[in-house]
Amino acid sequence: MASSFLSKLSFWPRWFWRQLTSMRNALILLLLLAIAAVPGSVYPQRSADPNGVKVFYDNRPELAAILDSVQLFDVYTSVWFSAIYILLFVSLAGCVLPRTKIHFNALRAKPVETPKNLARMPEHIVRDGSDSVLDSAYEVLKKRGFRVMRQEGSISSEKGYAKETGNLMFHYALVGVLMAVGLGGGYSFSGQRVLVEGDTFVNNLASYDSFSPGALFNESRLEPFSVSLDEFDVVYDLANKNNIGQPIDFIASVTRQVGTESYASEIRVNYPLPVPGANVYLTGNGFAPVVTIFDGEGDISFSGPVVFLPQDSNMTSLGVIKTPDSLPEQLGIIAFFYPTAEKLTTGAYTSIYPDPISPLMTMNVYSGDLGLDSGVPRNVFALDTTNMELIAGRNGPAPAIELEVGESADLPNGLGSVRFDGLLRFASLDIAHNPGGIWVLFFALLALGSMTMSLLIPRRRVWVRANPDGTIEFAALARRDDPNLKLILEEIVQEIETKSK
Amino acid sequence: MTEIVLNEALSEVSLLVVSSALAFLALALVLFSFQLVKLNTEDQADPEKFSQVEKAGFVLLWVSTIVLGVGVVLRGISAGRVPWANMYEFSISGAFLILLVYLTALKIRDLRFIATFIAGFALIILFAAVSLFYVEVQTIMPALQSYWLVIHVVVAIMASGFFSVAAGLHLFYLLKASGKAQKLFQRFPDLQQLERLAYRFNVVGFVLWSFTLIAGAIWAERAWHRYWGWDTKEVWTFIIWVLYAGYLHAMATRGWNGKRAAWLGLIAFLSVIFNFTIVNLFFKGLHVYSGL
Repeated sequence: MASSFLSKLSFWPRWFWRQLTSMRNALILLLLLAIAAVPGSVYPQRSADPNGVKVFYDNRPELAAILDSVQLFDVYTSVWFSAIYILLFVSLAGCVLPRTKIHFNALRAKPVETPKNLARMPEHIVRDGSDSVLDSAYEVLKKRGFRVMRQEGSISSEKGYAKETGNLMFHYALVGVLMAVGLGGGYSFSGQRVLVEGDTFVNNLASYDSFSPGALFNESRLEPFSVSLDEFDVVYDLANKNNIGQPIDFIASVTRQVGTESYASEIRVNYPLPVPGANVYLTGNGFAPVVTIFDGEGDISFSGPVVFLPQDSNMTSLGVIKTPDSLPEQLGIIAFFYPTAEKLTTGAYTSIYPDPISPLMTMNVYSGDLGLDSGVPRNVFALDTTNMELIAGRNGPAPAIELEVGESADLPNGLGSVRFDGLLRFASLDIAHNPGGIWVLFFALLALGSMTMSLLIPRRRVWVRANPDGTIEFAALARRDDPNLKLILEEIVQEIETKSK
Repeated sequence: MTEIVLNEALSEVSLLVVSSALAFLALALVLFSFQLVKLNTEDQADPEKFSQVEKAGFVLLWVSTIVLGVGVVLRGISAGRVPWANMYEFSISGAFLILLVYLTALKIRDLRFIATFIAGFALIILFAAVSLFYVEVQTIMPALQSYWLVIHVVVAIMASGFFSVAAGLHLFYLLKASGKAQKLFQRFPDLQQLERLAYRFNVVGFVLWSFTLIAGAIWAERAWHRYWGWDTKEVWTFIIWVLYAGYLHAMATRGWNGKRAAWLGLIAFLSVIFNFTIVNLFFKGLHVYSGL
């Protein structure tokens, strides 16, 4: 097959094909693949750590641009990484396909003709005996699972075809893994959504805070369901002195609704919630203080929970509130939340425990133009203060506003007031599905099984010959390393001799 | 999960026990080294026979393995979970498994000649564990609270155990092939035997490592919502897998077995160590469990 294909090619393509499919080049491609994978662990990758790439760009913009031009922030989807593994798989196919044909023929073929000089085999034993030994040898080898052929004055046998079967299957399974990864990735999606206690997520594209679909994804693959976050609990270690405040469990109590059917469930780390067409994973959490802001005219310009981003292990959290509709001026607030506040000697606060024991919120208030009308998209977690004036805060004209739960305070200059109504928690959820996953697992397990089979099953040939001078020769040969060949041959010889007595 | 009460007093005892295992191991290493020097200078002595010094060395190696095993178990009891959730714990469990793999293999094959390597390597790991990686016993973060911690990590440590024995064999292969200290190395198995032995340990290690990789992907799908995301630890697990796959191909390629394959095996093993030390401590990623 290979030869007829090759003969149609002219010299250079033929040379190239031969190079590509040689074992030596498969080996070199493997080593190249290993080396090519290294930079992806050194430089931040857009797929795993997009923020790291941003930070790198901020710190060293010139180097970042150079690295980016050779795709060092996208190593595993880069042209050069892809080229290596595609060549490797072409080389694999070029090697495995002809071998499959050879093996297929070998499976149907009879054992080879007994070699003339058995003494040259790695294991060789000579005993006295008669022709009748061949009969018992035939039976013994047959019983041991050898494929046996009686020849003129000798017996040729072979066993362990599964070694090559496993080897070939392993390589095909790797192709399966690659295809399942590729296709599965195409149809996959993963989306993020922050849910405050009491909120409900309804599965459609508009409900996601961020959404990354595969290339073959379309919206019809999102199946209808909803998940409400009823309550979020964090369990802290209180029993062990050295670990006080270490979270030992995060529990999102949710209600899942599909059609008219609804039931209560939990989402925890390591225990995602199955929903139609996806799983819902818990990836983060934090506080969402409920705040009401009245503007200078006494109207409510903001009311509701605000998602605060945790800044440290004691859950000091940072939140931003913007009130574009407040009169007479727009207000912007940068707020800090301390679940268990303690005043430092500097006058600043810090949180000394992650659970809300004595919660406190402090606010720096700005007034002026929020810059939301310019049409430039704004980050909800950042406040652009270029056209704003600090009216209350550290180093401001009035001190920062400090509120405990239930308290309210007036803003300076008659601009309104703020109230800290209550405290909720939020959960960051990931809704993700990769239909290829199960197939990747299937092929990976197939690869593991067949590789184990190939590496551990010995392939052996055993010959027995009755010589005219009355001696009997036994010989054995193994493909690749076989620690037990000598032992096995000795066992076989003994069995045969016992039988023929 | 139910709250676990850590037993800090017991973990102190465990540290003491691990430290004494370290002392026994150091003594064993001294005796094995002495034996190597003796082999290199004396002409007599039947290589098949254990000398008194060697015998004492192996007794110490057994004692240190058993004592270390007790230390590891005590650490597990004091933490109320498997003793491999941070770098200190991986290290002591790893050293224990390496010694166990070696001592078990010794019952099947005469591998006395790499005793110096094994004792020395385990000693370095234990020393690093006690002096650099030590952390108080802790409760574990929710991401680690999974039965996959038992399966994924224990198989990874076992694979590393097999790889280390193979690395020792590679090292002695290359030393012997270099033609130095001939008097010593002529008492070692011949090059072909060394190569085959290393191959067998690597094969078992490779199968276990493949399993580690698959188990890790299954766990990642549960904990991180994707089975593979090129996290730094995933990258290095992949690199190691590819390097050992390269080694297996080298062993089947004419002109690439022998020294080249031995070097490749050593490089692959160095990446295992790199993955465990440098990647754990200095690379950014999701596997941040060193506890340091």
